[in-house]
Amino acid sequence: MADGVKPRVKVPKSASAGEAITIKTLISHPMESGQRKDADGNRIPSSIIHRFTCDFNGENVIDVDLLPAISTNPYFEFEATVPASGEFKFTWHDDDGSVYEDSKSITVG
Amino acid sequence: MNITRRQTLFVSVGAAAFFAMPAFARRLGAELDLEARTNEFTEGAEVVDGDGVVIKAPEIAENGNTVPIEVSAPGASALIVMALGNPNPGVVRVAFGPLAASQSVSTRIRLAGTQDVVAIAKMADGTFQRASATVKVTIGGCGG
Amino acid sequence: MNKFKALLIGACTAGLLPAAGVAGPDDDKLMVNDELDLATEVAAPAHLDGALGSTIYSGWRFRTDETQALQLDDFDNPAMLTVDAALDAFNTPDGSEGKSCASCHTGGPEEFAGLSASMPKVIDGKLVVMEDLINSHRQEVMGAEPLKWSGQEMQGMVALIGLQSRGMPVNVAIDGEAAPFWEQGKEMYYTRYGQLELSCANCHEDNWGNMIRADHLSQGQINGFPTYRLKQAQLISRHNRFRGCIRDTRAETFAEGSDEFRALELYVASRGNGLSVETPAVRQ
Repeated sequence: MADGVKPRVKVPKSASAGEAITIKTLISHPMESGQRKDADGNRIPSSIIHRFTCDFNGENVIDVDLLPAISTNPYFEFEATVPASGEFKFTWHDDDGSVYEDSKSITVG
Repeated sequence: MNITRRQTLFVSVGAAAFFAMPAFARRLGAELDLEARTNEFTEGAEVVDGDGVVIKAPEIAENGNTVPIEVSAPGASALIVMALGNPNPGVVRVAFGPLAASQSVSTRIRLAGTQDVVAIAKMADGTFQRASATVKVTIGGCGG
Repeated sequence: MNKFKALLIGACTAGLLPAAGVAGPDDDKLMVNDELDLATEVAAPAHLDGALGSTIYSGWRFRTDETQALQLDDFDNPAMLTVDAALDAFNTPDGSEGKSCASCHTGGPEEFAGLSASMPKVIDGKLVVMEDLINSHRQEVMGAEPLKWSGQEMQGMVALIGLQSRGMPVNVAIDGEAAPFWEQGKEMYYTRYGQLELSCANCHEDNWGNMIRADHLSQGQINGFPTYRLKQAQLISRHNRFRGCIRDTRAETFAEGSDEFRALELYVASRGNGLSVETPAVRQ
């Protein structure tokens, strides 16, 4: 697991049924592109987060395949429809097999 | 040793070919990758330029390391983004699920230099549309 | 390669000539999280004696809209990832005494509101910067290893403490005990370094607002440091920035954490007296 990987997610706490809400996600990760060389001139192997998904109560919102051209500390902003109260689940998959997760509850009132 | 003009010419052409080759091969590699990525996404279907896909990107980026872009394609089921001037043109592939409120996504990407960023979306009717945006990547003050 | 370097130096030098059509700072307003108004232009401090004209400007005003936007919302600001990590570290015991920062500073980082706005300052006859305070407390109170000057753990902590002063005006003392250090820093600011024979003032006083190649020169204010630089994609310390500038003049630079850079930090900070602390800022 890359050191100190930490997700940040911004989701409103409440919404009305069927409302479109904006979600922002950010995760600390170097996204080593495989294009850089170390001090000795050796190529630093690629090591990235290659997939990010967001689901709400088990239904998919967005499913993203990332390539090394995504910047350090990958950022995504998108919109989701909230049919009822429930939980957003966010998952990031690292090349090294690590999986980072976060979740946020939202109340529909 | 006497070197004739003709010999000089041969040597020059040879040298030029030698130095040009790796860059050319790299370029070709990137283009093959681009074609492969496009075909993988479209499964060989025709792609047309269309206003169903919109890319928002800065005209000038102060640093190519972090360039904010937004791609939206109302009704699309999925889209891919490619940066034609990067060593590897692939950037991201996005599939929108049933709970996506809009088929729009913003992210931050790396651009190796001034180039075109291209998005191809699979529209609701199954056709593919393409849009592109040119981003100028500037170089800072003293080599920074 | 040599030809490229020669071109680079030529371009650098040419870029310093006053450009036709001077582009000054833009007119954008810096409001963070839709609630915190930051002063990005204020009356120049008296000690500058008009060297920057009547007004001083934050470097934020010289950046493109896209770079500026990254600082408008703390969620969008990538520096906050490092600040978050520093907040965890603040509460995590480290060292032989089994203490965390929070063991003594029970009020949390909020205790430090206003501190960064007045740093560097003279304590017990020595000019100290925030990194000194952090490391001395780590070593003397916590029994912990000092943090590397420009490492992300250190700069995250400097940023976390600086954040508590965000919105407050920079107000470093330049008189009394600070005076000799300030004079030393001022001397450095106007000294031409390196093969290119450039002083800080040649770019940031004589040519702010002009383009140095494709880069819009600011006044070189440090009120937003530690700053998340898109180029390195991490927090950059004040001393790292000084080192970079001096290195680019093709000079042997001073070391991060050297007394020279402490003095320069005091002087450069004083040129921004009155601007809001912006820590952590985002720059190109």
